[in-house]
Amino acid sequence: MQVLISGIVIGTVYAVLALGFSLIWGAARIINLAYTSFYMLAAYFFYIFTSLLGIPMVVGVPLSVFVAALLGVSTYKFCLERIRAHDTVVMLISVLIAFFFEEIVLAVFGQQLFSVPPFVEGYRELFGVRVLKQYFLAFGFSVALLVGLWIFLSRFRIGIAIRATSQDKEVVNLMGISEKKVSLIAIILGIGFVTVSSVVVSPIYVVEPSMWMHPIIMILAIVVLGGLGSLKGSVIAAYILGFSEVIVVNWLPMGAFIKSAIALLVMVIVLLVKPEGMFGVVFEEERL
Amino acid sequence: MTTRGWICRIGVCLLAVGLSWNMAEAKTQAVKSVRVGVIGPMKSTDGENMWRGALMAQEEINKAGGVKQGTAKIKLELVKVDTNEEVSVSDAVLAVERNVNKADFFVGSKRSESALAMQDVLMKNKKIFISSGGVHPELCARVGKDYDRFKYFFRVILNSAYMGKIMFLHLGDVAKIVKEELGIEKPKVAILADKLQWADPIVAAVEKNAPNMGLEVVGAWRPSANASDVTAELAAIKEAGAHIIFQAVSGPVGIALGKQWGQLEIPAALIGGNSYGVVKTFYDATGGYGTYMTTQTSVGPVKITNKTIPFWDSFVKRFNDFPGYTSSSYDAVYILKEAVERAGTLDSDKVVEEMEKTDYAGAFGRIVFYPKGHEWAHDVKFGSGFNTWVIVQWKAKDKVSVVWPYGWEGVTYEGSEKYQLPPWMVKQLKKK
Repeated sequence: MQVLISGIVIGTVYAVLALGFSLIWGAARIINLAYTSFYMLAAYFFYIFTSLLGIPMVVGVPLSVFVAALLGVSTYKFCLERIRAHDTVVMLISVLIAFFFEEIVLAVFGQQLFSVPPFVEGYRELFGVRVLKQYFLAFGFSVALLVGLWIFLSRFRIGIAIRATSQDKEVVNLMGISEKKVSLIAIILGIGFVTVSSVVVSPIYVVEPSMWMHPIIMILAIVVLGGLGSLKGSVIAAYILGFSEVIVVNWLPMGAFIKSAIALLVMVIVLLVKPEGMFGVVFEEERL
Repeated sequence: MTTRGWICRIGVCLLAVGLSWNMAEAKTQAVKSVRVGVIGPMKSTDGENMWRGALMAQEEINKAGGVKQGTAKIKLELVKVDTNEEVSVSDAVLAVERNVNKADFFVGSKRSESALAMQDVLMKNKKIFISSGGVHPELCARVGKDYDRFKYFFRVILNSAYMGKIMFLHLGDVAKIVKEELGIEKPKVAILADKLQWADPIVAAVEKNAPNMGLEVVGAWRPSANASDVTAELAAIKEAGAHIIFQAVSGPVGIALGKQWGQLEIPAALIGGNSYGVVKTFYDATGGYGTYMTTQTSVGPVKITNKTIPFWDSFVKRFNDFPGYTSSSYDAVYILKEAVERAGTLDSDKVVEEMEKTDYAGAFGRIVFYPKGHEWAHDVKFGSGFNTWVIVQWKAKDKVSVVWPYGWEGVTYEGSEKYQLPPWMVKQLKKK
């Protein structure tokens, strides 16, 4: 039961992080490795606004999301958009951007570790397993975001345009839809996902400069395993890797430090069997 | 002898006198100051505390005139060497290589893996290196095995084998309290240690010895030192029914552990060693959830020697933080100063001879080194009346209490308090 509950909770958080990344890849066709640095920045802004400046959480939390997201979108607009046709260059530049933000944070705060206050204190027992109330909140938020995104992409014109762009950019342009604008909207949504997730989960973790690294590795594993660009695949892969981590910790406690490596091994095994990922497409087809 | 012969002889004599005068002059000029390199990860809390300890010693020594050399006193200078060793061993080695000639002696180090690599560089250059951070026994075992090569290495803090022993002694005390206060006959112990070299002997020792102490080991969890989430580990530990979590963590995982243990109110005493738990920022970094956790460290707010409380108070007043275990660089600098004064030279071999004679009552305890021929030659001597370290328990935002030694071999430092079980643990387990 403990494996089941911990796996669901961790998998859901991974799913939200991976969905934003997948969305950006799908519409804008860029692999933005700086993606989780905005996760880190949102957590730091959360700390600055609420703990250092004493701004109430009702204001501090949305403000943190807004400022971090603004930085994320500006980074895309001013650094990545103009080079997005060059995949490798985008990857290299985005890694540099991530390290740049990490160095900035290191210069300001050093390697000090911080904590941000939870929205809800305490824990609840679920079938004998203690789960932080903040985890429930993160789970609820994540599910709401997943459902919201699903509805948005299937019912709204912009959502449908994003899906269309992820399938065929040229046809979208021929249909009179600005692929550039649609990509920007997908970027805003994706960055929004990662910054919102950050403020929801950072009270559980520790705020530190390199907190962006582990998530980006897991996200890459998830999106590759699920099939690059497949939202459904990302969600399922997130749960597979989330469960893999929890199973390692429970069944192989001495090897808890390799929980992420085992998760990556699961990815490698799946890719050996199905190189395009579980729900990846070899040819252009419906992705949602 | 011809006039020409005399002129030649006088010329040669004058040349020889001139050369020796110049050499003597050059030697005098070279010892205008004693340069001590402080090597550590300067952006981290442990590195910062290492620097602070050395800085306090330097300022005090220079305020008192400096280091005595013959009839004169020369200034003591510090050279900051940022090793980034918590991230990269090769960075650490490069940093030491770059600075090896910028200092006469070196103190510091944090990660044992890096300390071993830096030790090689410094020994090759015959530079005295006093560890105030790297704790793996191998560092001094090398001195024991190959004295001529490694004799320049000393350590002012206890090695991880002794750290393990202290943690054991405290484990016995806590197990006794669990038995007495909660009526649990055979307490269960879970080990949670980060996957780093220094923790290996500790984990092995707990697994081997805990059953002899009437305890049951329910498992050992080894998360990464940089893990930011250990809720899965804690859930598994609770599921295993542990009453005591024996931690041996030295990375950021220590903060996550202290925080999530308190948040989840895991009904198990969190004891052992947590290097992030020895500084004031631990309380804020865990959001206060780390209260009641204990950790071992090299100094606490008790009277270990007459120098301890004045050092503790000055440190807290100046840096608004508690000294960490790496702040033992304070004593390291003083030991060096005394050895250099006794040797009357900066020559490493002569200073080593004097270092070996050290018997110094420092702020962190009495420092005597194990002699040549000992398994851990040049390691600081452990025991009652020597160096013991302490175990502190978090009680409130700015308060830690020393809870060990508490009667061990008759040692209870003035100002110590009895260990207190976390209230939620008592509440949850007493019901059963």
